[in-house]
Amino acid sequence: MSYVAFADRDHEHEHHDPDTFITKYIWSQDHKVIAIQYGLTAIFVGLIALGLSAMMRLQLGFPNDFHFINPENYYQFITMHGMIMVIYLLTALFLGGFGNYLIPLMCGSRDMVFPYMNMLSYWAYLLSVIVLVISFFVPGGSTGAGWTLYPPQAISAGTPGVDLGILLMLVSLAIFIVAFTMGGLNYVTTVLQARCKGMTLMRMPLSVWGIFIATILGLLAFPALLVSAIMMLFDKTLHTSFFMPAISSMGVDPGYTGGSPILFQHLFWFFGHPEVYIVALPAFGLVSDLLSTHARKNIFGYRMMVWAIIAIGGLSFIVWAHHMYVSGMNPYFGFFFATTTLIIAVPTAIKVYNWVLTLWEGNIHLRVPMLFAIGFIFTFIHGGLTGLFLGNVTIDLPLSDTYFVVAHFHMVMGVSPVLVVFGAIYHWWPKITGKMYNETLGKWHFWMTFLGTYAIYLPMHYLGFAGVPRRYFAMGNTDFLPASAQDLNAAITISALFVAAAQLLFFINMIWSLVKGPKSDPNPWHATTLEWQTPDHPPKHGNWGHHLPEVHRWAYDYSVPGYKDDFIPQNVPADKAPAGRDHGGAH
Amino acid sequence: MPFAVVLILLVVGSILFHFLSPWTFTELASNWGMVDLTVDITLYVTGFVFVVVNLFMAYCVIRFRHKKDARAAYEPENKKLEYWLTGITAVGVALMLTPGLFVWAKFVDVPEDAHVVEAIGQQWHWTYRYPGVDGKLGEVDAERISADNPFGIDPEDPHGQDDVIVYNPEAHIPVDRPVKFLLRSKDVLHNFTVAQFRVKMDLVPGMNTFMWLTPTVPGRFEVLCEELCGIGHFAMRGAVVVDEAADFDRWLAQQTTFSEQSARAAGNATIGAAQYAVCAACHGSQGEGNAALNAPKLAGQPAWYLKRQVMSYKTGLRGVGPGDTYGQQMVGMVATLPDEASVDNVVAHIQTLPDNATVTTIDGDIARGQKLYTVCAYCHGGDGMGRQALNAPRLSGSSDWYLARQLRHFKEGVRGAHPKDYYGYQMGLLSQTLQDEQAVDDIVAYINTL
Repeated sequence: MSYVAFADRDHEHEHHDPDTFITKYIWSQDHKVIAIQYGLTAIFVGLIALGLSAMMRLQLGFPNDFHFINPENYYQFITMHGMIMVIYLLTALFLGGFGNYLIPLMCGSRDMVFPYMNMLSYWAYLLSVIVLVISFFVPGGSTGAGWTLYPPQAISAGTPGVDLGILLMLVSLAIFIVAFTMGGLNYVTTVLQARCKGMTLMRMPLSVWGIFIATILGLLAFPALLVSAIMMLFDKTLHTSFFMPAISSMGVDPGYTGGSPILFQHLFWFFGHPEVYIVALPAFGLVSDLLSTHARKNIFGYRMMVWAIIAIGGLSFIVWAHHMYVSGMNPYFGFFFATTTLIIAVPTAIKVYNWVLTLWEGNIHLRVPMLFAIGFIFTFIHGGLTGLFLGNVTIDLPLSDTYFVVAHFHMVMGVSPVLVVFGAIYHWWPKITGKMYNETLGKWHFWMTFLGTYAIYLPMHYLGFAGVPRRYFAMGNTDFLPASAQDLNAAITISALFVAAAQLLFFINMIWSLVKGPKSDPNPWHATTLEWQTPDHPPKHGNWGHHLPEVHRWAYDYSVPGYKDDFIPQNVPADKAPAGRDHGGAH
Repeated sequence: MPFAVVLILLVVGSILFHFLSPWTFTELASNWGMVDLTVDITLYVTGFVFVVVNLFMAYCVIRFRHKKDARAAYEPENKKLEYWLTGITAVGVALMLTPGLFVWAKFVDVPEDAHVVEAIGQQWHWTYRYPGVDGKLGEVDAERISADNPFGIDPEDPHGQDDVIVYNPEAHIPVDRPVKFLLRSKDVLHNFTVAQFRVKMDLVPGMNTFMWLTPTVPGRFEVLCEELCGIGHFAMRGAVVVDEAADFDRWLAQQTTFSEQSARAAGNATIGAAQYAVCAACHGSQGEGNAALNAPKLAGQPAWYLKRQVMSYKTGLRGVGPGDTYGQQMVGMVATLPDEASVDNVVAHIQTLPDNATVTTIDGDIARGQKLYTVCAYCHGGDGMGRQALNAPRLSGSSDWYLARQLRHFKEGVRGAHPKDYYGYQMGLLSQTLQDEQAVDDIVAYINTL
């Protein structure tokens, strides 16, 4: 028998629909259910992290007015807020959530290639979340070492949660990485092996490209975090000295000798910098599809966009030490890492130009997902440009470890990806649930979130210029800060509480939609990509009914001249509609 | 339309905010004006991009918003435009990177005539060491650190003998002379930052790091730790005082060297007993304290702490704040101790006094006090016995009314207000977490049980 490509072996599969409630919704191997499980769990922990940030903002805005906040739990709040938001919310939501939902549907597959492993991935992720949440309740509480967990401080006296908190944190991270690896191998294999006929790589929607490359980054970067977590566990429990030099901790010699704290930082940021792009690349991809669909125009410069994603992914592995300019590493590294870091600005800028040029001569429908998408461009430009300050080694001298850094990374990897998350949820909500949401509530949600977050983070950069250090429980009196800095902090806190409260609108809207929302059209946005062309709405187990779709064009045939509709779905054959500009070629 | 208007307003508003903001770089006090220049160049390049791209986007949203019967153009690529944009971006990036690398090259290249000051970080204090007349710092070793040798200097190393040691968080340096700060940590990561100097660097245990600058403005500049170092991170403050050359030399000559420190005679308790007669009038012959006379118990308190407090009264760091009437009394009383040696003697005598239990005078919610005390325990110890390495005195077994009064004084700024009283300043910051009067009583009630 001659070789048949994996994706074309559809007839060999038998599709048993799960029939019990448990196999359908709990121990489900359906990528769509797993995506929702991932998404809901991630949003749940995200809400915890949001609550923690409200607590720390209360202290910063109104120091010592709240008796339930003291230096000990303040440092626990900032640590857990950062760790949850970066790993357990954003990584899980973009890859486990959107990756799971969209990859098989957009690639025209019936499911992930390894559905059982996909299920295990979610349950391992849930376990990591449970271990993480338990750490809040153990004696001594969760770790307060900062989300970077720098040793020696993470495992030395003087840090909250130094006994059990840090252990559970490290164990939880290790479990998370196992979960991610099971999911990640699945996503990569599915993209490479299970695309339907005609879906060449250069016909894939940018959402899939972003998630695909981000997953590869994750598979290469997370092992660095895994080994550093394990090595730190050894330092803590077995008294090895990977990261621990000889020290005098509170007047006592804890018996370590010869380890290197800087080694941990290199390992951590070898993971940590790609992690920024593990979050950013899926956002880049999703937002590209949102912009193109709602502007009724093809994404501008598709090939350049794909290569920019790949270039950013590659470069992201040789810039990590820009987090360490003032860490005490050999200062000559600064020349290399500043150069690579600023070079990464070029492909990133290309992406921004191409998003904006996609709007040029478009037919822009300012629906809720589009508002979030354009809002993202604005905040991402802001956050990207401030990265040029911090990436430039000299400027890092005054600004490192100040609120400028906090403002920068929240703008670029907090606000921006979260705007995309919301935009994408609104965009795909009709496909996932079959229901429409309330447009007006959605718009209010956008405006309050977008303007509110800008009111938080624009001024925060200026606290950094003025010299306010990050991770300070209280500033006290200083000679160099104007008294108005505290007023600004209070204003930022009020904005932050406003934004947090505004998120209620989102949840009200979604619950309302589920209960009372009108039924949605199968393709309400008139989108071209395959997930909108499923025979059932919302798609059922197996996605495609009896026959897999066949793709005949790229994902962006919007407003093709000479065709009556302003969109041509990817599965419309060339003889039924004019072929637009197709980079795909033959299968 | 409203969306585009908001985008335009955000751009205009950001520019206005930038120029009207009172929150900007502190006045420069070092040679690193080039850092500010690099920041300015980057600000203008990125500001230009911010304005142009966002205004273009706002224009697109207005011009190409959905209208009935409108249709978008079909333009998958425009190679020429894409190459141009890539090229212009590359030029802009080079424009920002070049000055950055140029200034960094200066930063990594320490001038040969720079004098050396070692700044040492520990949880949560700064101390300093100067190389002495031989110009060389002695060998140090974390394993040698002890109460008697807090710097861990090798006593066998001849270079270490003349090292000038400054066991408080305030360093002095002469103006207009390049200085290389050698940075060393005893325990965890720290970061040595003076905002006005513009440069900073981490302190890493197990290795030495450095940074250099030339101070250009005399004055006192605050040092902040800017690398998270545990719960007291935010309270790890110090100062660098930039002196005229002559003032600096005078100050340096007054400091103690390592050999002087090692050779200092221990206090003589017998001589001290005679001098203690003055103290006994209020504090009692057994150092048991007397609440009626507002005199706290002294017995049982470690020598290093008693000495620091007496010296603080003598040098005007304590007992000078408004409202500190009892402290003012002490200022008068310690004048009877003419010099440091006599202080050592009295302290030595107090060490011989019996540590008897005190009478409890304060009631409170012990369970709540225990919860509040978790923060205190980081320095003063879970048993309240205090820790010299953290400059934290003993709390247990003290006069409880005195503890309560001191907490209130710290909170209200009666104690710890002097800019050189760094330990008092820390307690000022930390006592703020006790929001109400009851919290003070509760915490003291708990300390009574230790």
